[in-house]
Amino acid sequence: MELTFSPEEDAFRAELRSFLSDDLPAHISDAVRAGGELSKDIMVEWHALLAGKGWLATTWPKEFGGTGWTPVQRQIFEEETCRFYAPRIVPFGLSMLGPVLQTFGTKEQQDTILPRILSGEDWWCQGYSEPGAGSDLASLKTRAVRDGDDYIINGQKTWTTLGQHADKIFCLVRTDVDCKPQAGISFILVDLDTPGIEMRPIRLIEGGHEVNEVFFTDVRVPATELVGKENQGWTIAKFLLSHERTGIAGVGFSMQALEEVKTLARNTRRGGGMLIDDPLFAARIAQVEIDLEAMKITNLRMLFQAQKQGAPGPETSILKIKGSIIYQELNDLARRALGSSAAPFPGHVTEGNILFGPPDTANSAAKYFNNRKISIFGGSNEIQRNILTKTMLEL
Amino acid sequence: MDFDLTEDRRMLSDTLTRYLAEQYGFEHRNSVAYTAPYHDAEKWTEMADLGILAAFAPEDAGGFGGTGFDVSVVFEALGRALCPEPMLAALMASRLMMATGADQETLLDGSRKYAVAIGEIECPYGLDYLATSASAHGDGHVLSGRKTAVYGGQTADVFLVAAMLNGSLALFEVAANDAEIVGYGMMDGGGAAEVLLDGTRAKLLLADARDALQDALNAGVLALCAESLGAMVYSYEMLLEYLKTRKQFGVNIGRFQVLQHRAVDMLTEIEQARSIVIKAAAELNGPKATRYCAMAKNLIGRAGRLISEESIQMHGGIAMTWEYPASHYGKRLVMIDHQLGDTDFHLAAVMAG
Ligand SMILES: Cc1cc2nc3c(=O)[nH]c(=O)nc-3n(C[C@H](O)[C@H](O)[C@H](O)COP(=O)(O)OP(=O)(O)OC[C@H]3O[C@@H](n4cnc5c(N)ncnc54)[C@H](O)[C@@H]3O)c2cc1C
Repeated sequence: MELTFSPEEDAFRAELRSFLSDDLPAHISDAVRAGGELSKDIMVEWHALLAGKGWLATTWPKEFGGTGWTPVQRQIFEEETCRFYAPRIVPFGLSMLGPVLQTFGTKEQQDTILPRILSGEDWWCQGYSEPGAGSDLASLKTRAVRDGDDYIINGQKTWTTLGQHADKIFCLVRTDVDCKPQAGISFILVDLDTPGIEMRPIRLIEGGHEVNEVFFTDVRVPATELVGKENQGWTIAKFLLSHERTGIAGVGFSMQALEEVKTLARNTRRGGGMLIDDPLFAARIAQVEIDLEAMKITNLRMLFQAQKQGAPGPETSILKIKGSIIYQELNDLARRALGSSAAPFPGHVTEGNILFGPPDTANSAAKYFNNRKISIFGGSNEIQRNILTKTMLEL
Repeated sequence: MDFDLTEDRRMLSDTLTRYLAEQYGFEHRNSVAYTAPYHDAEKWTEMADLGILAAFAPEDAGGFGGTGFDVSVVFEALGRALCPEPMLAALMASRLMMATGADQETLLDGSRKYAVAIGEIECPYGLDYLATSASAHGDGHVLSGRKTAVYGGQTADVFLVAAMLNGSLALFEVAANDAEIVGYGMMDGGGAAEVLLDGTRAKLLLADARDALQDALNAGVLALCAESLGAMVYSYEMLLEYLKTRKQFGVNIGRFQVLQHRAVDMLTEIEQARSIVIKAAAELNGPKATRYCAMAKNLIGRAGRLISEESIQMHGGIAMTWEYPASHYGKRLVMIDHQLGDTDFHLAAVMAG
């Protein structure tokens, strides 16, 4: 047992810190700190800065222009970028499509698409879910029918995160109906400018626009846009699900949130003293801090295991479940700490320059509600438990 | 023992529930709840004409109610419809005016809107650390300080304000025109205001108002608990309906035992919530009101969060959308904990005895 980082890892952390403190522009970290939606400009600017350092594709091997980092390095990267309030890297091209193409794509797909992800020329979004196919993804109905050298796509995708900023979408589509549902699915790349595609915004619980519906009506896509073989889509989807599990626990984000709550509680005057001196509130903070301390180790243990085995095992579902619970609990505390000052609808109080608390807390309630999503998307916590039940408990 | 509502209260409840279902449907609710002034004057008058406000005051004050159960049936119905109107403000003002002996006619007929300004940023809940101060000025008084999250303040004509006068907590009346009022919409719909007082002219109503203010807070707490209960019940009905109709893996998701058991846990908490509301309502006008209201608000805070979070989780993505009502119920259930004392505040109150 050795819980300390190696000298190389410490040096890596120091290098990251000096980059983040010197080169992360204040307007970017301020926007992240404010906690609302980020503009595409900000995300693009941040990606370009990382790309310039060669640090954008944190999960890609070096031969594709990635960092070739170990899981521990990626964890350090997450912690440090969170500490400095850098934006989260938008995952669709970099953590999702990239690894899929590296494993299942043709040479030509790799050569044309991967560089455009790195350069920021193409922004991707993920078209898996449909109104009738959420947890039961394999029941998806969006149909792709072969017609000469093309596929013609009809159907609807939904929940498409950041689709409004994207140029392209990778989709799971049904290419065969006369078989087990899983066996008739293909993975295909679609340019969002293709005629027949309509994107409509979905407004979320707290009022923000981050997800969309995408409608496909006779959308003609060249068959060369298929990734892997026809009807191999489910295999690819499963690969993607199990492949990229670094960061799934959100430890860096929870560490950031814990610091925020502590700072807030220290600086908030409440009932004659400071909030941090309220034993009930302090106990709530301590309770999550304990869970998070354990989660840091659970996360590293499982990342190490994955590194040894070459691929993460089903036990990493534990990271998703407990990691989301911890983060959501911290969001709950941030909201709670504000007392009645959590009430204003973000952006509504424009008159008179009125403050309710530190400016970066204005979105706390909104953030709490918005982050209810993290136990729903990417395989809900119930589905993660089902996976564990089957694979680990063999029940 | 009799746990049935009296005939009169059942009628009051039915009338209001029916009125809200017909006249304050969800689309209308959302447009009022999230657009300034977060209040529909016409519907407000209609509800006053139905006697909803009069239910807050006893007969000798010009109303026909004034007991805890009058308060709880009205607010449970309001909660069920997620009604954003400033009824809480009217209730709390009516309680204060009962203490001052003021004439309540214009409050109860809905023609004058009152708001009650107690909380401050550093003392959002409770009465012990309020800092807004009053001093004599000419033959009247002036107030200085900031009152925060004054529910209904964005549309009020008159404010009843708690302020320190010569070391004791006093009650004043301030006309909306005399103070700087910054109105805004709330996260979960409805409106509030910051009331900025800076040498603001005020009329002294009660020099020692502590008991009266505590009584107004207790009534407000009971109202919020009943409102939460109404919202929980409706939220739960929506969830059950969804569990019975949403299909994944070829079956209604309500067939999954894990969801069944969690739904049963929710039911258990809702039953507990109803019981604590009944208890607090029964005690509202008695000597232990503060303690039972605190118990109720603590339990409701916990149950409300559970129902909100579980309802969203068990619906899946759809309850994360603005369009689907469950999201707005979810927000209200959680944000009620930020009004008049949260779970911890009231737990501490119960611990203190
Ligand atoms: C904010 C947000 C962003 C998203 N972004 C994207 C995106 O970019 N691209 C994309 O493709 N998708 C995206 N999703 C979709 C997301 O993956 C789905 O919401 C998720 O898979 C759940 O599906 P559902 O919402 O249809 O819920 P359902 O599958 O209908 O589930 C409803 C409830 O039933 C439970 N349940 C379902 N099956 C079982 C079972 N067998 N046992 C026990 N419980 C069960 C679920 O856990 C849930 O609690 C996003 C969703 C949200 C909310």
